[in-house]
Amino acid sequence: MRKASRLSRFNIASLALGLAFLYLPILILVIYSFNASRLVTVWGGWSLRWYHEFFNDRAMIEASWMSLRVAVSSATIATLLGTLAAVALSRGERFRGRMLFSGMLYAPLVMPEVITGLSLLLLFVALNAERGFWTVTIAHTTLTMCFVAVVVQSRLASLDRSLEEAAMDLGCAPVRAFLLVTLPLIAPAVVAGWMLAFTLSLDDLVIASFTTGPGSATLPIRIYSEVRLGVKPEINAICTLVIGLIAIVIVIASLASKLSSSQGESAAPL
Amino acid sequence: MSARRIFARPARFAAIAPYVWMVLFFLVPFGFVLKISLSQTIIAQPPYEPVFDLTAGWTAIRAAFAALSMDNFRLIASDDLYVFAYLRSLSVAVAATALLLLIGYPIAYGMARLPKRWQAVAMVLVIVPFWTSFLIRIYAWINILQHDGLLNQILLALHLVSQPVVWLSTDTAMYIGIVYSYLPFMILPLYATLAKMEPALEEAAGDLGAPPWQVFWLVTFPLSLPGVGAGVLLCFIPIVGEFVIPDLLAGSNSLMIGQTLWLEFFTNKDWPVASAAAIVLLVMLLLPLLLYERLQRRQLEER
Repeated sequence: MRKASRLSRFNIASLALGLAFLYLPILILVIYSFNASRLVTVWGGWSLRWYHEFFNDRAMIEASWMSLRVAVSSATIATLLGTLAAVALSRGERFRGRMLFSGMLYAPLVMPEVITGLSLLLLFVALNAERGFWTVTIAHTTLTMCFVAVVVQSRLASLDRSLEEAAMDLGCAPVRAFLLVTLPLIAPAVVAGWMLAFTLSLDDLVIASFTTGPGSATLPIRIYSEVRLGVKPEINAICTLVIGLIAIVIVIASLASKLSSSQGESAAPL
Repeated sequence: MSARRIFARPARFAAIAPYVWMVLFFLVPFGFVLKISLSQTIIAQPPYEPVFDLTAGWTAIRAAFAALSMDNFRLIASDDLYVFAYLRSLSVAVAATALLLLIGYPIAYGMARLPKRWQAVAMVLVIVPFWTSFLIRIYAWINILQHDGLLNQILLALHLVSQPVVWLSTDTAMYIGIVYSYLPFMILPLYATLAKMEPALEEAAGDLGAPPWQVFWLVTFPLSLPGVGAGVLLCFIPIVGEFVIPDLLAGSNSLMIGQTLWLEFFTNKDWPVASAAAIVLLVMLLLPLLLYERLQRRQLEER
């Protein structure tokens, strides 16, 4: 009887208000991206005008390509490295420097981006590396592999170890047992990790600003410099396209984690 | 038993590649920041003295160490601009984190009280904005808060104000932006601890005659402290170094340290001073960072 009253009116109100707060600004932005009026705030009817503007804006298109290429490459490398790190942390026994290792993996999650960006730039300058696609990719890999490691590790932690052990008792070499038994079981988390790394890279402004060179701006860098000059309706259209792309990514990632929860007990939260 | 041991060794080898990567691209760069923060500012390209090379022998290394200077740190300590920027960053982070806790707690609490199936839905709904671009979400607020933006239009239409209110380029706008961007980081750890909590504990307290606020304050809140700690740290540390939100939403009269560092670096091109500012910021955040690491580890062990 008390159970039924656990969800009070206060609970529902705070939830509803909280979700409205999170979603309304994005919704408004998407609606105004279809605004025909030149003024961002005056509604002039529905139109695809600003999308046309975007597809004719060469600088923006180039920046979008740069961002997509960086996001795909850095997410792929980060997923490889992050998965290895997660395996080492959750399956390996104590090894020398393990503390430092896990510390290094968690620190970038909370470290202010200006510090990470500045330090990487100084490294690249000291190495005399030409700044551009590869330096941004390396920087994004460093940041996002930590997120991949966290996601994959939480999946590994909830996995039944006896499955791997059974495979090895039956004569499977450890690496083979990992590839044939463990990897398929954690695959959804690995996919989710890649998606997260992809969106984080696509989103990053600060670290990319520090590590990119002249003539190779990413989309957030371009958007940022436009926004600083004042609001332009074209930005609404670009933002809506990015939101659409991310929405597709989220759908795929959530399908992957649904797959994982039908296989195992609990899916990774991300 | 043996299988577990056999697996441990290759798993250890799995650490090599990510380990080397993190040392190379996370740890070593801080060495360069430290080195450059200790070097003199010169006007050149790159705008600092070259890194000393170890091949030049012992005397060269001694000479290099003798050339190290604390000038940049002295400058930061004596320049009001920097001192104020650090203080402002800390006070903004404290205030914003407190706001986030106040707003995030009821939402997380509401989520934890939902039926199990709806909890999963609510969680996805909270995570999705976190996936949506950070810059875009700030930009969405610029749309709303600008002079003839939606907020002012609504306020005028409701006759709550007679003239458009200046929202953009104020601290209010900055706090709205920060709270909006970091809310998922506060809600998720809070929800994680609240959802794990045994409802029988609250019910027992209620049955024994405690009024709801006492149940909350004496039972629920103390039990949720690990989540509060994780949420507070997860928000506080990055907010101190925040750059984009204050730059786009707050006025330009008093800067946070992240902005000061950025300006010093990109506009003034004074790399040594920017490096020194980064080192000071890092040292300031080291304590909460270590705290976060310990919390994180304890939670993993509990699981």
